[in-house]
Amino acid sequence: MEKFTGKVWVLGDDIDTDIIIPTEYLALKTIDDMKQYGFCPLRPELAGQIQPGDIIVAGKNFGCGSSREQAPEIIKALGIQCVIAKSFARIFFRNSINNGLLLIEQPNLHDDIKEGDEITVVMNEHVDYNGKQYPIASLPENLMSIIQAGGLVKAMRKLNGLD
Amino acid sequence: MGMTIAEKIIAAAAGVDSVKPGDIHTVKLDRLMSNDGTTHLTVDMYNNKLKNPHIADTSKLVFIVDHNVPSDSPKTAASQKKMRDFAKENNIDFWEGKGVCHQVMIENYVRPGELIFGADSHTCSYGALGAFGTGVGCTDFLYGMVTGTSWVLVPESVKFNLVGKLPEGVYARDLILTIIGEIGANGCNYQAMEFTGEGAKTLSISDRMALCNMAVEAGAKTGIFEADEKAIEYLKEHGREPKAVFHSDPDAIYAREYTFDLSKVRPVVAKPDFVDNVVPAEETCGIEINEAFLGSCNNGRIEDLRVGAEIIKGRKVAEGVRFLVVPASQTIYRQALKEGLIDTFMDAGAIVMNPNCSVCWGSCQGVIGENEVLISTGTRNFKGRAGHPSSKVYLGSAATVTASAIAGKIALASEV
Repeated sequence: MEKFTGKVWVLGDDIDTDIIIPTEYLALKTIDDMKQYGFCPLRPELAGQIQPGDIIVAGKNFGCGSSREQAPEIIKALGIQCVIAKSFARIFFRNSINNGLLLIEQPNLHDDIKEGDEITVVMNEHVDYNGKQYPIASLPENLMSIIQAGGLVKAMRKLNGLD
Repeated sequence: MGMTIAEKIIAAAAGVDSVKPGDIHTVKLDRLMSNDGTTHLTVDMYNNKLKNPHIADTSKLVFIVDHNVPSDSPKTAASQKKMRDFAKENNIDFWEGKGVCHQVMIENYVRPGELIFGADSHTCSYGALGAFGTGVGCTDFLYGMVTGTSWVLVPESVKFNLVGKLPEGVYARDLILTIIGEIGANGCNYQAMEFTGEGAKTLSISDRMALCNMAVEAGAKTGIFEADEKAIEYLKEHGREPKAVFHSDPDAIYAREYTFDLSKVRPVVAKPDFVDNVVPAEETCGIEINEAFLGSCNNGRIEDLRVGAEIIKGRKVAEGVRFLVVPASQTIYRQALKEGLIDTFMDAGAIVMNPNCSVCWGSCQGVIGENEVLISTGTRNFKGRAGHPSSKVYLGSAATVTASAIAGKIALASEV
C-alpha cells in the first residue's frame, strides 16, 4: 500500500452523506444492494462508472452530515481506493477509518485535477499528478493499523483478544 | 495551563489531570445511545463478527426507536424487531415512539459533566446541559458497547461569546443559523463550540438545545454550555443530579473567539442545499411551498409549538399545503394537549403526528415529491434530504415555518 495509482473522479465541496447514500436506500438489505445508488442525487451515472482502484478527489468538508456508516462502506464497496479531499467532516472521517477506507487531506490537488486523469499516491509523502508533487501528511500509526486490518472490528479482535 | 469545559470532561473521562487539544486519550464512556437508524447494523456486527461478544455495562446503554416509528415497511419492522429483541435479551433501556432520541436523552438521562457517545450526528445536543455528547458511527458504537471505552482526539475549543438578548419574534433557531451562515458548514470542523457570556444565560434549555444540536452542521464535535442555575433547575425538575459541573478556566485556550450580539439577530432562512446558505428571511419571502414542517430534535419542543400555535390560532393552513406538526416527545405532546395547542393546530388544518424524526431525515412521514418545496424547522437542507433529488428544503424558525404554512409561500410571522 506504499504506492498506488488510480483514475480520478472529481466531486465538489460539501459532498454530504445524503448524497453519498440517500435515506430511501438505507432500508436495502446489504451494502452491495445499496452501492448502485451511491452519489445518485448528484450524479446518478457515477456508481455504474466507477471501477475498482479508482480514486475520488473532492473539495472541502467531504462527508458532512449524518453518522450513517453506510456512506464510507458504499464508497469502499464501489472499489474506491481512497478519497482525497481538502477536508473531511469528523464523523465521516472516523467511520471511514473504522471501515478501512483510506482518506487523505490535500489542500491544492482539487484545484488542479481533471476528471479521468491518473494520479499516483505515495503514502505518507505526496501525490504525483501532471509532473507535480502535492505533499500529504503521514497517517498516525494507530489509525493506519486499523485501515490495514480492514477496519475497527477486525483490529478490535486483535487488540482486545475477542477472537 | 487552563482548560475549557470540553477539555475537563475528557480529562475526567480519561482519568487524567489535564488534556490539551490534539492529544488522543482512551476514555471511559458515561453513556451510549443508539437509534433505529443503525442499531440493527451494530447488532449484526455484535452477533456475527465477534467471537465471544459481551457488553461492558448494559446500564450505560440506551436504545431508542425514533427514525421510522411506527415502522413504514416490512424491512424496517424487521430491523426494529432485531433491535427490540436484542435490548430485551441484554436488559438494555429501550424506548419506542416516546420521542426523538436526543429529546428523550435530555429529558431522561443526560447529566452535566458526562461524556456520551450516540450513533447519531446530532448527539452534540447534550451540551445544553453541560455534557459532552458526540455522534459516532455504528462501529465506534459497537466498540464502546463491548469495551465501555473509546478513543477521543481532544478538540480545540472555539468560544462564542453571546451578548444581549434576542428581540421579540427572533429565536435561538435564527441565532444558530446566523452563526453557521457566518462561520460556514465546516467552520468548526473537529472543534468544540462553547457558548458563553451574559447572552448565553438568557437562553432557555430549549434554546440551548437548538444551538448545541446544530453544532455538527458547522462540523463541530460538540456544542456546549456551562451548566448554570437554569440547567441545574431543569435537572431537579427531572429528578437528576449533575455528575460534575465544569467551568472553563479564565486562562483556557481557544482556537478562535467570536462575539454575537443577540439583539442584532433577525429572522433568517437557510436556502437549499446547504445549511450555511443563510440569508435574511425577507429575501426568501414569496417562494411557494408545498409542505411546512414544525418538529425535530432541533425545534419540536413545547416552546416551539407555543410559537407556532400563537401565530396560527384562528387562521388556516393555505389550500394545497401540508403543515406537519410533530412534537419531539410524548411529554411535549401531552403538554401541548393540556395547553390546547394541538386543538389550535388541528383547527387550522395541520396534520399532527406522533413524535418521531419525520421528514427531517426524509423517510417514514411527509417525504416530498419531484420539484416540491418544504420549509422546515429540521436540521438539514441537503439535496434530496426530504425526498426527491429535485425537491428543495428551506430551514427557518418555528415562527417562519408556521407563517409560511398560512401564506402558502415563505413568509414572515410579522406579515401574515
